[in-house]
Amino acid sequence: MNDTVQYPSIDWLAITPLIILLAGMMLNLVLAALTRPWPRAWYALGTVELALATVIVEMVLWNDIGRDGSRVVINDALSIDHFTALSWIAIAAALALVSLSTADYLRREQLDGPEVYALYICAALGAMIMTAANDMVVLFLGLETLSIALYVLAASHRRRTESQESGLKYFILGGFASAFFLYGIALLYGTTGTTNVSRMADVLRDEVFLKGDDAMLLAGVALLLVGLAFKVAVVPFHFWTPDVYQGAPTPVTSFMASVGKVAAFAAMARILLVALPTRIDDWRPVVWVLAVLSVVVGSALAVVQTDVKRMLAYSSISHAGFIMMGIEAAGHAGDEDGLPAVLLYLVIYSVLVIGTFTVVSLVSRTGDSGSDLGWFRGLGRQRPALALAMTVFLLAQAGMPTTSGFIAKFGVINSAAANESYAIAIIAMVASVIAAVLYLRIMVSMWLSDPEVGDDLREKVVVPVTANVVITLSTIFTLLVGVFPGWLIDAARTAASFAG
Amino acid sequence: MSSLAAATPTTTWYLILAAVLFGIGAVGVLVRRNPLVMFMCIELMLNAVNLSFVALAEKMGDIGGQTTVFFVMVVAAAEVVVGLGIIVSIMRRRPGVTADDVSALRG
Repeated sequence: MNDTVQYPSIDWLAITPLIILLAGMMLNLVLAALTRPWPRAWYALGTVELALATVIVEMVLWNDIGRDGSRVVINDALSIDHFTALSWIAIAAALALVSLSTADYLRREQLDGPEVYALYICAALGAMIMTAANDMVVLFLGLETLSIALYVLAASHRRRTESQESGLKYFILGGFASAFFLYGIALLYGTTGTTNVSRMADVLRDEVFLKGDDAMLLAGVALLLVGLAFKVAVVPFHFWTPDVYQGAPTPVTSFMASVGKVAAFAAMARILLVALPTRIDDWRPVVWVLAVLSVVVGSALAVVQTDVKRMLAYSSISHAGFIMMGIEAAGHAGDEDGLPAVLLYLVIYSVLVIGTFTVVSLVSRTGDSGSDLGWFRGLGRQRPALALAMTVFLLAQAGMPTTSGFIAKFGVINSAAANESYAIAIIAMVASVIAAVLYLRIMVSMWLSDPEVGDDLREKVVVPVTANVVITLSTIFTLLVGVFPGWLIDAARTAASFAG
Repeated sequence: MSSLAAATPTTTWYLILAAVLFGIGAVGVLVRRNPLVMFMCIELMLNAVNLSFVALAEKMGDIGGQTTVFFVMVVAAAEVVVGLGIIVSIMRRRPGVTADDVSALRG
């Protein structure tokens, strides 16, 4: 009998990191169901080891990719290139940091342990599939794996109404965005006859398409951009961000802001630059508008907030605008600065945002409700080291030289200027001055505000060991990259090429 | 009347139907206030996309679009589980809640 099904050959070595995480997640769930509850910190340490194993394997694979060249595997569904490798390392590192900062959050809030880590791993797995996906359907599946895990995580603090509200809002709007994204895929499939990213590029390079102004294709691209813009939270598709960031448990917020952004931006870059390079003139103006709106609106609205988690949510919108600037720059023909700048920004911002939210999580105290600016009052006197670390993170987010944030912002503004997009570069610089006010407000509250009546009655801010490790590592990374950025810039430049 | 009866549905008809269904779903999410109904509208949007996938795959004689539908259905099923879980956990705390009542977060 003839074998009618042709199975694709699978490059097992290339997808080892995915297999490690999948196996780890399964093991976590099975052990959690079958054994007595372990001390909560053990689950966190297990997840950290899993993430570190992924990072190490990926670093070994980095050299393999350099030797064998980048390629597409499993029936062209996944691309294995340095872009994928750097994104995977960033995601796994973020997974390790967030798991550590979750460890004592769960103990403080008396929540269950193992499922949260299983969901983190599941979300990271989806994010990694998204960054590597060379087929839009695979990309959609990765996106949903990430999103569905994040909906549950956002709603995972069962005693806080805000957490469930944030889960519901994220779920409805996330599902809404996914539907747009999927409709975009359907229309592109209808125009080009394939969902594969690299084959789609080949089809679109045909003369028929170069001449034609196909309405269905343009509608598809527009819907894809709407879906992705929702996921990365750029203006005008940002309105869920402040609510969700504020309501979700703080470590989960840091996970969304780091892993979620890396995955969605990597996917956006791959779709726009690999599948649609022939349509640059159609999508670049849209990206330009989204970038400008995000940096301006994000910075301006951040300044008027009183809740620190909301401020950081708006500041994340403005950071997303900066990253969009890099993508806009990469959309100019022959550009070599845009994509490295995007990757650099994503890696640096992930670490920064995890550090910042870990401090916020500690200051929020038991119940995770003290994220108002007033709760930061007097932190400089009570916990000088913690306040100092927060100051470093905030200065870095503001783009202060000698911190990693400067390198990130310099990268995207430089790439915009190199492509003569002077308008956007100037708007971004003005916006970052506006945003600096917001970071200064938090710093002033920590260091300079006079104590008020009742401050003494507040619960003291406790800094547990695991959170201490996260904050220390993030601070070291922030300053190290700020002073010696060369190695990371080199890595980003190597990573800025696609397979397929 | 005779022309209507004689007309055979073309791919375009299905695509237009899908677009209309998608539109109804999208408007539904925006105007309805019951979380369950909003959620059903999202399902409607996903299934409208499924219809376009099948119609387009049929037109091109390509099996890829039809298999995609199964993936989308699996995703939709997973979303149902998670979505209903979240809605139930909110309803248990506050029966009869609408999306307007769930508004502690604003600023």
